[in-house]
Amino acid sequence: MGELTAMAIIIGIIHSGIRLATPYLFAALGETISQRSGVLNLGTEGIMLMGAFFGFYVTFVTGNPWLGVTAAAFIGVLMGLFMAVVSVTFQAEQGISGIGLSLFGLGVSSMLFKTMLGTVEGVKGFSELQFCITGTFCLANIPVIGDIFFNHSILTYAAFLLVPIVTYVLNKTTWGLKVRAVGQNPEAADSLGVSVNKMRYAAVMLGSALAGIAGASLSISLLGIFQENMTNGIGYIAVALVYFGGWAPLGVMLGALLFSSVNALQLWVQVLSLPIPSDVAVMLPYLLTIVALAIPFRRSLQPAALTKPYERGEN
Amino acid sequence: MRKSKFNRETFDRLIDALMPVFAALLAFAIGGVILALQGVNPLEAYKAMLVGAFGSKNGLADTFVKATPLLLVGLGIAIAFRGGVINIGAEGQLIMGALFTTWVGLQLGEQLPGAVVIMISLLAGAFMGGVWGAIPGYLKAQLNVNEILSTIMLNQIAIQFAYYLLRGPMIDPAELAAGTNIPHSARLPKSIDMPRFTDVARMMGVDQTAKDLGIQGYLGELYGVLTEPSRLHTGFIFAVIMAILVYIFLWRTTIGFRIRAVGLNRHASRYAGMNVKRTIILSMTLSGAFAGLAGAVEILGLHHRMFEPTAVSAGYGFTGIVAALFGKLHPLGIIPSSIIFGGLLVGGDKMQRAMQVPQVMITAVLGLIILFVVSTDYIVRKRQAKRIKPVASDETTQAESA
Repeated sequence: MGELTAMAIIIGIIHSGIRLATPYLFAALGETISQRSGVLNLGTEGIMLMGAFFGFYVTFVTGNPWLGVTAAAFIGVLMGLFMAVVSVTFQAEQGISGIGLSLFGLGVSSMLFKTMLGTVEGVKGFSELQFCITGTFCLANIPVIGDIFFNHSILTYAAFLLVPIVTYVLNKTTWGLKVRAVGQNPEAADSLGVSVNKMRYAAVMLGSALAGIAGASLSISLLGIFQENMTNGIGYIAVALVYFGGWAPLGVMLGALLFSSVNALQLWVQVLSLPIPSDVAVMLPYLLTIVALAIPFRRSLQPAALTKPYERGEN
Repeated sequence: MRKSKFNRETFDRLIDALMPVFAALLAFAIGGVILALQGVNPLEAYKAMLVGAFGSKNGLADTFVKATPLLLVGLGIAIAFRGGVINIGAEGQLIMGALFTTWVGLQLGEQLPGAVVIMISLLAGAFMGGVWGAIPGYLKAQLNVNEILSTIMLNQIAIQFAYYLLRGPMIDPAELAAGTNIPHSARLPKSIDMPRFTDVARMMGVDQTAKDLGIQGYLGELYGVLTEPSRLHTGFIFAVIMAILVYIFLWRTTIGFRIRAVGLNRHASRYAGMNVKRTIILSMTLSGAFAGLAGAVEILGLHHRMFEPTAVSAGYGFTGIVAALFGKLHPLGIIPSSIIFGGLLVGGDKMQRAMQVPQVMITAVLGLIILFVVSTDYIVRKRQAKRIKPVASDETTQAESA
């Protein structure tokens, strides 16, 4: 009996870990694209909140979570455009402009929620897939494996599927090559006829669309509710995960899983009321991130022109 | 001919100097559009805000109460910026400062004269904030860890650490006894409350009200702020003195010069024989110390106990960035700037009550102000570049002596 519950708990933790990785993955993969082009988008937090709200609102009004996700991606693109105008065209200090965008997103999403919804309890978003092959046989019902790998929302699978997709796009397509070029050596890219700013606009807007979806995955898939400031720092963690993962989608995924697993662990510590102060447990992932940021070899992986605005003929 | 050129230049410089104001006006205009879209008359809403913040003695007192931590945090942000590092960690530094101030205050209690304990507690807050700033500074200087990210992480760690202390070792014994377990500390002894304006006025023998003296209208309100009972404490005066000291430090001392030099050009400073790493750590430490001082002043002047960390920091770490940017990262410029943004926070609250506009609207406007102010830097640079070209050497010597 004791062993069985221990097993169930471990399965539960792994399942939650994979599930909770969804928003981190969407946001961090989006941020990866943006940073590879040389733009540090610290506005992810605010973009996620806007995506969370609009995704929730559209799902609530239409009853269709797919429309909700589309709306979240669209508002993400708009927020990304705003970020790009400020950070690329107006060459603003990216560490600060992102904080501004995050405050803007926090303010607008909270205000709209209060005035447009206010008392709405929740929506029926994406439900867990069961992978039923025949009427009675479902992959989700397989012991252990079914609990861990099947039985997730479609957005969770989409998030993990994005890992190879983003890897492929960044490394094997011309578009990806251009994105990396403007992030690594904008002068050289420019001299070869690549429009540095245009590529950065595209990368930031695409990355922000993913950040918007990340927010929606939180509000309409994981939780089914919207709350003021519901991301509670996930957007900033996502930015750190990109550093953590060495600017590569696979590394980012490992970081996201690590983070979400610690979160899941901490949830279970609370559920089981284990004698570990939960405040200390919550601290762990942040400490871990700082430690990871200090690992020296990462420096060589960082896009050389990250946070550096490009101006023709400056040098 | 020469005279007209002089006028032109003065005009250009004035426009440059006023850029943050234009940026803020644009932010408010967009905020107004958002308000209008929700069926609220933006002019009425902004009027409610302005009158609420600056129109009466109560509003003014609250405005100065909020301007105090903004000014102190803003000074810290400015020091970091001047040193070429970005401190997003003022929230955490403020919380750590507030925690340590409370702890020291509770330990020393009434064993020493109140003024001495206040002084020690203030130093304690500055010290702990400084430690919380030194960590990312050290990581930046020695291991090249991005300070933006490390300070954001340290904010979260500070919040959790505060909850841990307030639920455990530092919890108010009364809460434990009552079994309610609300996470806050015991109240600090009254002897170490920072004096309020009204206390000072009474000490100086001022006991007449504005009505007694026949002072009417707005002047009467101003007189009321200075003398009548309100939450306004001398922390604001303290913060203003600090601003002047930071100005002297940055512009009149060698260490201050070194910080600014490293901020302007790290490589050149290294060639000039400056210890860049040590200067970076110093800028971050001082930056954190001022945020910690803000936390200390909030505890000693306003709250008199430590409670919910995010309610104590109250977003000052971020609003302080706006105040610092709007004050052009100049210690003396941050004084009026912090009063304006203190007023904005108070006015937002009043607007919510008067017009049913959610207060978070202010957060959105603050975000826009940041975005627009950092964008105007580029415009100013472009405009200056255009002007400097013909007289390049002249301008650089001016910039150096400034």
